[in-house]
Amino acid sequence: MPEDRSNENRPSPDALLEHAEREGRGRLRIFLGAAPGVGKTYEMLMSGRARLADGIDVVIGVVETHGRQETQALVEGYEVIPRRKVDYKGRMLDEMDIDAILARRPALVLVDELAHTNAPGSRHPKRYLDVQEILTQGIDVYTTLNVQHVESLNDVVAQITKVRVRETVPDSIIDQADDVEIIDLTPDDLIKRLEEGKVYFPNTAQRAIENYFSPGNLTALRELALRRTAQRVDEQLLNHMQSHAIQGPWAAGERVLVCLDARLGGAARIRYARRLADRLRAPWTALHVDSPRSASMPEEDKDRLANNLRLAQQLGAEVTTIPGQNVAQDIVRYATANNFTHIVVGRPTRSRWRELIEGSLTYDLIRNAGDISVHVISGNERNSEATSRNVRTADEQTQFQIWPYLLATAYVAGSLAFAVLLDQFLDVRNLAIIFLIGVLASAVTGGLWPALYACLASALAFNYFFLEPRYTLTIRDPESIVALGVFLVVAVIASNLTVRVQRQAIAARSRARATEDIYLFSKKLAGAGTLDDVLWATAFQIASMLKLRVVLLLPEDGTITVKAGYPPDDTLAEADIAAARWAWEHNRAAGRGADTLPGAKRLYLPLRTGRTAIGVVGLDNDKQGPLLTPEQQRLLDALADQAAVAIERIQLVADVDRAKLAAEADRLRSALLTSISHDLKTPLAAIMGAAGTLREFAPALPEQDRAELLTTVLDESERLNRFIANLLDMTKIESGAMEPNFAFHYVGDIVGSALQRAKKIIAEHKTEIDIPADLPMLKVDPVLFEQALFNLLDNAAKYAPAGSTIRVQGWTDNGSVILQIMDEGLGIPPGDLERIFDTFYRVRKRDQVRAGTGLGLSICRGFIEAMGGTITAANRTDRSGAVFTIKMPKPTNPPDLGAACADDNDVGDLGCG
Amino acid sequence: MTNTNVRILVVDDEPPIRKLLRVGLGSQGYAVSEAPNAKAAIELMEQEKPDLVLLDLGLPGMSGHELLRKWRDDGLDIPVVILSSRTDEAGIVNALELGADDYVTKPFGMNELVARIRVALRHKFQQQGEKPVFQSGDLSVDLVKRIVKVEGKEIKLSPKEYDILRILVQHAGKVLTHHFILKQIWGDSTDVQYLRVYVRQLRQKIEKTPDQPRYITTETGVGYRLRVD
Repeated sequence: MPEDRSNENRPSPDALLEHAEREGRGRLRIFLGAAPGVGKTYEMLMSGRARLADGIDVVIGVVETHGRQETQALVEGYEVIPRRKVDYKGRMLDEMDIDAILARRPALVLVDELAHTNAPGSRHPKRYLDVQEILTQGIDVYTTLNVQHVESLNDVVAQITKVRVRETVPDSIIDQADDVEIIDLTPDDLIKRLEEGKVYFPNTAQRAIENYFSPGNLTALRELALRRTAQRVDEQLLNHMQSHAIQGPWAAGERVLVCLDARLGGAARIRYARRLADRLRAPWTALHVDSPRSASMPEEDKDRLANNLRLAQQLGAEVTTIPGQNVAQDIVRYATANNFTHIVVGRPTRSRWRELIEGSLTYDLIRNAGDISVHVISGNERNSEATSRNVRTADEQTQFQIWPYLLATAYVAGSLAFAVLLDQFLDVRNLAIIFLIGVLASAVTGGLWPALYACLASALAFNYFFLEPRYTLTIRDPESIVALGVFLVVAVIASNLTVRVQRQAIAARSRARATEDIYLFSKKLAGAGTLDDVLWATAFQIASMLKLRVVLLLPEDGTITVKAGYPPDDTLAEADIAAARWAWEHNRAAGRGADTLPGAKRLYLPLRTGRTAIGVVGLDNDKQGPLLTPEQQRLLDALADQAAVAIERIQLVADVDRAKLAAEADRLRSALLTSISHDLKTPLAAIMGAAGTLREFAPALPEQDRAELLTTVLDESERLNRFIANLLDMTKIESGAMEPNFAFHYVGDIVGSALQRAKKIIAEHKTEIDIPADLPMLKVDPVLFEQALFNLLDNAAKYAPAGSTIRVQGWTDNGSVILQIMDEGLGIPPGDLERIFDTFYRVRKRDQVRAGTGLGLSICRGFIEAMGGTITAANRTDRSGAVFTIKMPKPTNPPDLGAACADDNDVGDLGCG
Repeated sequence: MTNTNVRILVVDDEPPIRKLLRVGLGSQGYAVSEAPNAKAAIELMEQEKPDLVLLDLGLPGMSGHELLRKWRDDGLDIPVVILSSRTDEAGIVNALELGADDYVTKPFGMNELVARIRVALRHKFQQQGEKPVFQSGDLSVDLVKRIVKVEGKEIKLSPKEYDILRILVQHAGKVLTHHFILKQIWGDSTDVQYLRVYVRQLRQKIEKTPDQPRYITTETGVGYRLRVD
């Protein structure tokens, strides 16, 4: 296929794009070392000097010499950008001054220790982010990095050295680097340098050698560094090959390709490829070549192939399907183009004589593979791999239909008429070609059997009408016999080919449509935020793609229940519940058409991800017989996989949220304990102190002091009492045990009793009450409402200065009753307006926290909301001070007072009337 | 009236409370007997014939409620003042319905308790000879002539308003449950909110600041009380 080849020789667009994006950026060179002390900084400074000598504008952004003399000497002659001093908790830290570098705009800047974490408050938390910014400004950067700081190797290094490094650099930085230079030193040389005191001061050095710098550790780290660099070079190479359209493979990094077809043993091949890839630390791909023959495979084979591809995906392979004619050549071409170094195939299974005729994929592959290693795997998994389906599926063979044959007859008749017209102009034998048109038309419209029927009919008609003697079925001329024979053969072959092409086109179209649908579905799922959305989208998609009724069941409280359905339906018969549960528990299909519980109305199939089982999907329709064709079953598998992953994602998010919530609750609990112990102990200390003093020294104390101590005891006791009452109220709210005892009450009455109770607390404040007498009665719990008001009065007294006025006012407003408590204190900081209702939140009043529990307002809100009202805080606009607004709904059915008033003949002016 | 001959039975399981009451009430001249539980209380009731009982509702074993019911069933009409915690309005109402005379909530001030005790005792001693004219601050109520005056001016009340005021005056200083008042005036059938309407009207007529009543105070969740000076 010459056209294909020219395509492949063009540079890959992705590679070119990536290349273009780098234009205008500075170039990044990383000096990568296996361990501290190998000489990265030294090498970086040397390289920089070479550039300086070339006349390039090089400056030092930051270089740590660690007191090493050789390195120190190299810094001489460079322009060094002064470091920025950062004050962090009293310590002065030196940080690279990125602004100074950007302002200075050198051509190249040297930045030591890429993995460095910046002092808090810097522009970027990490130095590599600084470097990225410098690069975007078109300035080149040289930097140094130790392999243990590479994110993906962090765990490995920790395993090797038993030291976990906290400062890491993402791998993408290394991938972005234009050059990675490895600074390599043999372990012996490094240890020697250490012992000579060239890396650390001698006493530190000895300890370091014993722990971190053991020869074993160093060898392992060195290997890691070399490997990582090789991997990076490999990527560069691939990029280079793709952008320069060079045919591979080049011996570089390893890549594993496993070829999958419908044969048995696929799972063994996949597992082998996975192990091979793991061992080589190589990426791996599962490839299926979709040849024309695939369309006519038995359903069992199609299932097996689909299962194999799914298995490969679950084990981490990239799965690719390419169309092709010659499987062996296509595999080799794909492997070469993508630089694969290993191909895993199955052992030949065809008998020898079929191999002679059809050729052997395995041998063709080995012959054509060139430099690529070919691994031939025998799979003996017959039993385990026998398709695991236990569901009867519908036959895809359609019933016999008469109309294609009628149509074929019509085409043949048409051809005949045309041939009769042309009879006088053409040689008889050429007329056969005209019949071929009819045969091909029949093949296109009707398929194979009508086409064959058209062949036969055409041959007979040709013979009858045109071959001498005409109008008989006998043939005189031997040449004509040959001509008729040739016509038949050509017609059969042509119609066969036509039908095959037709089938492929149809298969490709339906595959494209299914792929498109699945893609759109996955996009829809990715956008769905809630479990309900995902479930609904899944049910709808399956229902509309497979023309079935769908229910989705998820586990809940140890059983499995319907969560969504399309069309919506949540009634399950006993048999269906049993089948669904069986499917869930055994992770196998059950119900209609399955081996287990076939009496159920629906077919139940488990939904699962690679990790775990998620739920069950139930399907049914109005027709009799099996629900799904094998093709549909595979489609369903694909949809179910997508849905399962999406559901799992949402559930995991919910788990994370729950964990966060639990952590928050923990935090609250500890805050609670701290606060409670403080608030309980302070008044107790005062009480005990005062009482103790009185008992021990009463006779020596002047009368006035004794009275004062006694007042302290009483006041603090009352404070303690209020606090305990608050705690009890809070417990009531939080335990949800609050059952308001609703009845109709006058707001004025409750305000009155709250004021009465708060009399002592607000003794030093003036009060102003403005509650209109005609305010409607409210349906509230008087105890809770009074407590809420009491807490607000208490709060006002606490935050407003003595002598100021506390105002309580009420009015009706559009179906609500509004009650406001206003004080003349400093007001509430705007940022705290919502938070003041939080448990244990206290507004700081300048430098001190007012004595209080931080519970009062939170209780207020809890009580008011329990009674169906709202409470908000704001600052007064007319003057300084806070205003708390309670909004209660006006009762819809106020009490009918007529009955009570009826027998009271001297009716007053209120209420009755 | 001196308190020397008055004996008070304290029923409470908490020794510190008993000690406090012994000292506190003793200093006011009352004779105090102590019982830590219902059983001891029943014995002391028979032996010492106290004039008043201070009863904690949360007793171990037989509860305060049960003890009170037993005494009332036995026909003892001795004044009983309940000691209770603030959050237990239902328990208080229940005890008052069972025939307790009044209540104080823990923690309580000694002067408040003594005032309650005085009121309860006064009712005991006054039951035969009711004073015909009640006087508190500017309010005077003549129960014989059915005349109500505030600051010397006669106030016109509706029959129901007067009935409520009369009942409050007859039990001046005592807390009256909603249920008790309703039963006295309407029989059993009426809703508490009617009472609230009438009390509100009554306050409008006799109180200077009806929202901060001086005479008829609300005992939230329990009932009303007519304050006496």
